[in-house]
Parts: sequence; C-alpha cells; structure tokens
Amino acid sequence: MSMPATGSHAAARSRPADRVFAASALIAGVVILTALAAVAVFLIAQSIPALIADPATLPTPSTSFWEYVAPLAFGTVWAAALALIMALPVSIGIALFISHYAPRRVSQTLGYVIDLLAAVPSVVFGLWGIKVLAPFVQPFYAWLVDNLGWIPLFAAPVSGTGRTILTVAIVLAVMILPIITAVCREVFLQTPVLHEEAALALGATRWEMIRVAVLPAGMPGIISASMLGLGRALGETMVVAMVLSPALVISFVLTGSANPPTIAGNIALNFPEAHGIGVNALIATGLILFVITLLVNSAARVLINRRKAFSGAN
Amino acid sequence: MLDPVTSVRLRALMAVAAVSTLLLTSCAANEMYQPDTSSDLSGEINGSGASSQGSASDVWIAAFQTAHPAVTINYSPDGSGAGRKAFASGGVAYAGSDSALSTSELSSNFAACSPGTKAIDLPVYISPIAVIFNIEGVSALNLDAATLARIFKGELTRWDDPAIAALNPGEALPAAPITAVHRSDDSGTTTNFTDYLAQVAPEVWDAPANDSFPYLTGEAAQGTSGVVEAVTNGRNTIGYADASRAGGLGVAALKVGDTFVRYTATAAARVVAESPVESGRAANDLAIALDRTTTNPSHYPLVLVSYLIVCQQYADPATGALVKAYALFVASTQGQALAATSAGAAPLSPDLSARVSAVIETIR
Repeated sequence: MSMPATGSHAAARSRPADRVFAASALIAGVVILTALAAVAVFLIAQSIPALIADPATLPTPSTSFWEYVAPLAFGTVWAAALALIMALPVSIGIALFISHYAPRRVSQTLGYVIDLLAAVPSVVFGLWGIKVLAPFVQPFYAWLVDNLGWIPLFAAPVSGTGRTILTVAIVLAVMILPIITAVCREVFLQTPVLHEEAALALGATRWEMIRVAVLPAGMPGIISASMLGLGRALGETMVVAMVLSPALVISFVLTGSANPPTIAGNIALNFPEAHGIGVNALIATGLILFVITLLVNSAARVLINRRKAFSGAN
Repeated sequence: MLDPVTSVRLRALMAVAAVSTLLLTSCAANEMYQPDTSSDLSGEINGSGASSQGSASDVWIAAFQTAHPAVTINYSPDGSGAGRKAFASGGVAYAGSDSALSTSELSSNFAACSPGTKAIDLPVYISPIAVIFNIEGVSALNLDAATLARIFKGELTRWDDPAIAALNPGEALPAAPITAVHRSDDSGTTTNFTDYLAQVAPEVWDAPANDSFPYLTGEAAQGTSGVVEAVTNGRNTIGYADASRAGGLGVAALKVGDTFVRYTATAAARVVAESPVESGRAANDLAIALDRTTTNPSHYPLVLVSYLIVCQQYADPATGALVKAYALFVASTQGQALAATSAGAAPLSPDLSARVSAVIETIR
C-alpha cells in the first residue's frame, strides 16, 4: 500500500478500496458465524424429539438417551486420543528432521510426500485398513492377548479379524500425521534464530538447542497442530464405519471384537435405514459430537494462552 | 472401482445383452412379458428403498426402458426405511422394502395415492441368505438353528465344541475360537436372519427379529461386502450374507427337518410360495408371513423377501399406468429371470408370479 508509514488510524483518509476490503472481510466473518449458527440450530431443533422421547423407542432400547450416547461419546474420544498419542511424537520427529536435520533437498521432497499423504481420500484409507492392515496386525494382536492378556488393554478374547479400535486408531494416526507435521514444521522454522544461536554459543548440542530453544518456542504451535489433527480424528467417518467392529459398549480393550463405536461412524452406519425417532436420535448424537469438539478446542485455546507467556516466542 | 456413470452404462449394456439372449433362446412365448410396442407409455417415475433390490432394479429398469424408450425410471437404493418414508410422504411413486408396511404405517395416509386408498405390498425379489464360513481345514459345515443361534449369541466360543462336533461327524474342527461376524449397519438381511433364529430356535434366541443385531457379542462389519470381507480375511470366522455374494467361501448347510439343506434358488422360492399371506390385511396386500419352521427338506427357510410397495390407486393416473407397467414387468418370468442372472435372486414360483401379476392388474 502507498499509505504513509506515519500518521495514526484516525488521521488516515479512508479510501474506497479500504472500505471495500473492510466490508468483504466483515462479510466473510459473518458468513462463517452464520453457517455455524445454522448448523447448531439445526442440530438442536432436530435433537429435541429424541431427547424428550421415550428411551425405549431409541434405535437401541436404553433406559435414557445418555445411556445410548455414552458408549458413542467414549469411543469417539478414545479412538481420537489413541490416534493422537501415536501420531504426535512421529509428527514432531518428522517436522524437526525437515526443519533442523535434513539437507535442503531431502527436506523439500519429504515435505511434498507428507503433503501428498493428506490428499489421499479417507475411503482409500478405509479400504487399506480392512484389506491390508487388519489381516496384517491380527497375528500380533493374538500374540499380545496370549502373552500380555493380564494387562486390561489386551484382555481376551482376541478379535479374529483384527478390525479393532487399535487398528482404527493406527489408520487415523496415519491420516492426521500430515496436518500435524505440516503445522509443526512451519512453527519450528519460525523459531527466533537469536535463541538458537544463543543456545549453540553456550555450548549446547543440536538436541539441547532444540530442547531449550525450538520446542518451547513452538509449544503453542504444537498444541494447535494437535488440535487440528484431533479435530479430524474426532470427526472421521468413513474409516471408522468401514474398519471398526462396533458394539454399544464402553471398553478400554484394544484387541477385542466388541469395540465402542464413534459418533460419526455410527451415524454413517445407521442413518440409511433409520426412520422416525431413530433419525432424531442420530442427529442428537451429532449434537454431542459438536459439543465435544467445542470443548476440546476451548481447552486447547486455554492451554495455548497459558503457555504463550513462558514460551519466549513473544 | 468404476465411477457410477460407467457402472450404470455397463449394467445397462449387460442388461441389454441378457435381454437379447433371453429373446433369442427362450421360446416359451406364452410366459414372456410382451411389451406393447404400440403403447404410448411415456414419462418419468422415481422409486427409492432397499439396497438389496438395487442391482436387480438396475437391470429391470434398463430392460424396461429399452422396451419403452420414452419412459425414465430412477431407483435410489437409500434403504428400506428411507424408501417407505419417501413413499408415504409422496416423494417417490413406489418404494422397495425388505419388510412389508407395518399396520401403523398402513393406517396413515399416502400422499401419492388417491385420497382414502391404501398402499399394497408386492413380493418381487427373493434372495436366499447364506451362512458363510472360513475355518482352517474345514470345507463343509452342518448346523442346526439352535447351534447357529448359540454361535451368534456367543454361547459357543470354540469350533471344537461338542455341540458343533456332534453335527459334523468326521470333520476335523480346529481347536480355535469362533469369530461370528454380523452386520454393523441396520439391514433387512439381519432382520431375516434373526427372524429365522427367533422362529426356529426361540429357546436360545430370545430377541425378536430386528434390523440391528440384538446382542453385544461377536464381530460387526459394514454392509454385505464388509461381512464377506471380514469372513474372508479373518481366521475361523462365520457370518451371513446374500447367497449371491458368498463367492468362494464355505457355505453351511442348515438342518430342516432331519436333513441338512444347502441353499438353492428353488428351495428358497419354494418356502416363500408355500408360506401364507399375512392375515388381517387388505385382499390385495401380499405381505408374506414366512414359515421358517418348515420341516420339508425341499425348503430353504433362511430367505429374504423384498417388496415393491405401490398404491392401489394413484392420485395421478399417468403415474399409475407407468408403475403398473413396470411392476408387471418386474413380476413377469422375464423380469424374474433377469434378477436371477444379474443379482443371484431366486425367481418367484409360477404360482406366486401369477398371483402378484393378478394384483398388479388392479392398480389404477
């Protein structure tokens, strides 16, 4: 812009281009809020019949709507958390390799490959999950159950097909890897060079430099990246519907046949044949997913704001 | 995978090929559906409903549209429940459904029908359901309903259980856990499978027939292809699926009377033909009360019957004429033969086909 660098906001003359830009930015902001509000209103309005209905008429007869939705909510959070636990360390490793270890050419190629992974549609991941991954991991699950069955996570009996929540979490982890890696890489590249050089000048090795300079500065970014990944994992539908062997239970077992379903996967499976109050019940579970996502994101915001002060990034 | 357009074209081509083969080879002209070439049928109707009828519907529509070029029929396989709902609200001219209209659905109004008239159920698609298995070293398996129910209920957990061994003398059943695979989505296949178990083995299977699998045991998979996939890729698995999709998997023989019966299209059609029409319905409503407790070994009682749901009298006579012509074709020998070759359905027995056609003639 050709605006003079000096002069306060009040003094700046407002030009047509300025006003057009301000207006379009405002419209963009309003549109996204309206869309969100419209979705929320739809979810709430359509959920009410299921919330006040006789619980015996729900798709799976229960004593209350909350009993029906509890395994779904649990499965959603459990699968996404497992995926994040697996994906986050790997992502940070890849991002650090690209930003601080790899030669320039390698890091560029690797970056492209990771981005390519993000472009694979989830239905393809789903097919890979049932056709390749599940049969491949089943013998490992059988071994885990035989030898480590005393750990509640691997309680017997083992699934005969390998289509368990752990398999789903592995596929989800591969799916959220690219987004977390991409964000972390950008954040690590933004580390103040002065901090890095100061650490090195004090005799830090490269790992120590990363630990004292890069990671603390990148912490808010790492949290944001995790939340983006978690958001995708929470809402992922196709993979869960295709790969998971669901049953309406709350169970921490990773290798069994009865796995808690996820909300999105359950809607995808049961909506086509749903009728009457069943449709409302499914939409009501969607409302719960909406609330869970909102809570997770708010928690992340709080965490980021708290960390900012100590990160040295500001 | 083929994209939808290509696959529709392919199916249409296949249907045309099948029709021409039929025209060339079958000379039972008295039973053939004769399209009235001078007819001025034209227009468009939409249907929606059961996915079980989906592939049969594709060839029926392709063949019907070849005979009547001015007619367009669209069928969207959204599921039985969705189809019945869309039909009741007048969104579509006919519905395909794996279960007949319930009495409460019949008591409400149907928007597409003339005021005061009701909808009727026409059985047009019979598909045997196969009990498929993939057990190491086992190629043939005999089961009775009670044992099958105990397996799917999770009461029998190992293949070498004496209860299973007693039915399969001489077969080396492995000392391995059973993985029973059921549908994770709501499905007419599950309804008919659980109905069979509830009718024949009520002392074990204490849950009523239902779209969704009633117990929390076993493994679940999405859709027919998901179940077939899980049974194929898993170890020592058993599941149930449309017989046409069993592929190279082992198929269990079910005990009927004192004999173990493997499914055949004729045996499946026979149990439908000899079951009574449900009582307490309008005269033209052919909802069938399947008698799965039959002890006649020429019957295979684990079948799925899918219906066309149409109005007795349409508010719009033009729609009525189109639906009538299409339904007549579907119920004809030719339509049933098409479904048999393309979708592995069991053709309606001649008796039942004639009865359905007689009802269709009364559609206005």
